[in-house]
Formats: sequence, structure tokens, C-alpha cells
Amino acid sequence: MNLTLKVWRQANADAKGKMETYQMSEVSPDMSFLEMMDVLNEELIEKGIDPVAFDHDCREGICGMCSMFINGEAHGPDRLITTCQLHMRKFKDGDTITIEPFRAKAFPVIKDLTVDRSSFDRIQQAGGFVSVNTSGNTQDANAIPIDKHDADKAFDAATCIGCGACVATCKNASAMLFVSAKVSQYALLPQGKVEATDRVLNMVNQMDEEGFGNCTNTGACEVECPKGISLENIARMNREYLYASLKG
Amino acid sequence: MTLIASSIGRKLTMALSGLFLVIFLTQHFAINITSVFSPSLFNEISHFMGNNPLVQFIFQPILILGVLFHFTMGFVLELQNWKSRAVKYKSYKGGANAPWVSRNMILSGAVILSFLALHFYDFWVPEMNYKYVEVLPLDSERYFEELIHKFESPVRVGIYLLSFIFLALHLYHGFASSFQTVGVNNKYSQTIKSITIAFSIVIPIGFVFIALFHHLTAF
Repeated sequence: MNLTLKVWRQANADAKGKMETYQMSEVSPDMSFLEMMDVLNEELIEKGIDPVAFDHDCREGICGMCSMFINGEAHGPDRLITTCQLHMRKFKDGDTITIEPFRAKAFPVIKDLTVDRSSFDRIQQAGGFVSVNTSGNTQDANAIPIDKHDADKAFDAATCIGCGACVATCKNASAMLFVSAKVSQYALLPQGKVEATDRVLNMVNQMDEEGFGNCTNTGACEVECPKGISLENIARMNREYLYASLKG
Repeated sequence: MTLIASSIGRKLTMALSGLFLVIFLTQHFAINITSVFSPSLFNEISHFMGNNPLVQFIFQPILILGVLFHFTMGFVLELQNWKSRAVKYKSYKGGANAPWVSRNMILSGAVILSFLALHFYDFWVPEMNYKYVEVLPLDSERYFEELIHKFESPVRVGIYLLSFIFLALHLYHGFASSFQTVGVNNKYSQTIKSITIAFSIVIPIGFVFIALFHHLTAF
């Protein structure tokens, strides 16, 4: 496959970036998108050009690092995948592929396609945890009976890998799907209910402080989420937040 | 952070004010449709609504405040959302994962707001002038005549028709979306969606029918 790549290049956080065009030839349809990026970087290094910086780690759809906005969609033109799970067979010979970093005020660009998603870490630190008694007499979590439906929903919410595709996709750069998944995975379980009030208040407050946009229920986040996190979680977080606010 | 200052709190106020306006719209349609089959009943109800102190001095100000709040908050949130992505994408396929109506509520809202300005100029301003500026004598028979007079102009009817298309689009997303915002996403969500689709079609078409009916029967 011969491809034309239009890639966002930005030397650092303060530099003014721009799209650069690169020609790729003999790209195998069996390559993953990141392997194609590796080949591009090898070619750039051979030409003495600074390689394209992009995040990646596990390359098997677990870590959520590969934050690329490909042809106008987070993680490219496929569903329920991260960029590393996208294969070049999804494109046609002669295609032009536009590659940009995830865009949001709360996700500033570090370099090229890498963005700083530590705002997610700060939201998580604000309440995305359960305080555990470490006295040595900790009760076995399995000793508490939990409704199967609640357990399943909590597990579904907990599959969120915090990749930021929801923010990147949302026309408002809202982080509601991510935060609601983190709130839900605890709110549904008895262990999480103890700190539920503080958790949802603190996490939503931190989300607002980070400068994410407001949710307008377009549903784009759910469609582009590599783990299929449901909008049901946002409704749950809205309920939790309202209840916590009224409770004080 | 207080509830109203939070992003979820503000969305909640948008949802609640929107649902309030949906109730008003239903009531408005129920009254207007009487003009099609019974001018006397339309006059009677309009006279009651126009002269009842509870409606005039309690409900009407609440309604105006509700409208002002809904569109002011809508613009405030849109501005915040705009700032949340300072650098825009070169390529953005919004249609790949969300319907046009849900992504363009500010546009459909702005068209409805422009229509409201015309609607106030057409009906509310003359009504206020009649009752509180010129203080003309009570006339319980004037409402139907005033109504059909407004729909003589094909341009005005055309503007009404266009506006109600945007109202339909706004309702199509907004109605069901309000329930998601207040935390309802469960086994009733499909029913809510079905009611939303029916409401967003029936009410705007009903208003367009009323305008066209009076336009065509005026000659």
C-alpha cells in the first residue's frame, strides 16, 4: 500500500505546531497502525529528521497510551479498539491519513502526538479509590454478597483504561464518561458506598477544575470508547452527584 | 463547589428548564389547536389566560424567566465547551459517532430564539400594549381575529414553518437528553425515546398545521 500521511508535528508544549506530509510506500496491510508509525520513524531517522513522538506501551489494547486522532476519529475508523489494535487493512492503497494528537485544553500537547493526560490522574486521586483498613484484620471482599447485576456493571465500568478517547471525541472535550466509569465502579459495590458522597463530589470538582467541557449527551464518547463504557454510567454519576450535593 | 456552579449542576438546570418549557409547549399547543375547530372556545381560553391574575402575574413571569434562563445558560455552557478545546482538529468526523441534531443544539436553539423574538413581536408586545399601555377595554372576542390576521402573510407562515423544523430537531435530542441528565437511564429509557420522537414530530407539525390552516382559510 502507498499512503500519504499528514501528521501533526510540534517540537514542544510551547511551540506552534503544524501538519507535515510524509509519503509511505510498501505498507503491509497486516501491520498495526503503530508498526506503520515505527516504519515511518525509521525512515525519518534515516533522513536525519526528528522521529514522530507518540505514546505507546502494551500494544495490546490494555494500557490506553496510544492516543492518536486518525482521520477525524479517536483511535481511527474502527470501534472498540485502541490505536495499537487498528490495522492497515482498514485503509486503501492511495489513502491520505490525517494523524493528530488528542485535543483538549486539559490534555496539553507535550510533543507531536503525545499529550499530557495527568488531569485524569488528578481526578482519580481526588476520590477514585476505596480506603482500606490495613490493620491485618481486613475482611475478605468475597465475604460480602453482591448482586450479580451490580457486580457485572461495576466490572464493566472498571474496564475503563483511562485512554481519553471519550474526551478527544466529545465535541465539548468533556470527561464525563471517564469520571462516571470511575465513580460507578465503586458506587455499585458495598465497599465503595462508604465514601460515595465525598468521592463523587471531589472527582467532579476536580474534573471541572481541570477545564474539561460540559456533557451534552451526544453519545459520541460511548461509540468511540475502546472498552464500550456505557452512557448509563453518566446517568448514574449525575444521580450520585445530585444526591451527594443535597446530602452535603 | 456548589451544585449550581458545577458542570453537572448547570446541566441539571438546563434539563429541568427544558422540561418545564416542554410542558409549556404542550399547554400552548392544546390551546392553539382549539382555534382550528372552535374560534369561540379559543377566544374563551385566551381571554382567561390573558386576564387571570395568577396566569398573568405569576405563571407568565416564571415562563419568561424560564426561557431567558434556558438560552442564557445554553450560551454560557456552549462558550465553556468552545474554550475546552482551544486548538481545533484539522480533521473531525463528528457525524461518525453522534447524530447532527445532538451536535447542533446551539444552532437549533439560536433559530428558536430568533423565532421567539418574532413571536413576541407578533403576539406578546401587542397584547401588553393593548392591556397595560393603551389600557383598551376588555374584549373577549378579539383573540381569534388577531390570530388569523397574523397568518395572512405567506412570509410569516414560511418563517414559522422553518422555525418549527428546528424546534423539532431541538426537541428530538433535548427531551430524552434531559432524562439522561437528571439520572434516568434504565428500562424506561426506550419508552422515553419513543415519547420524545412522537412529541418532537407531533407538536411542531401541529403548530405548522395551525398556521397553514389559518393562512389557507383566511381567503
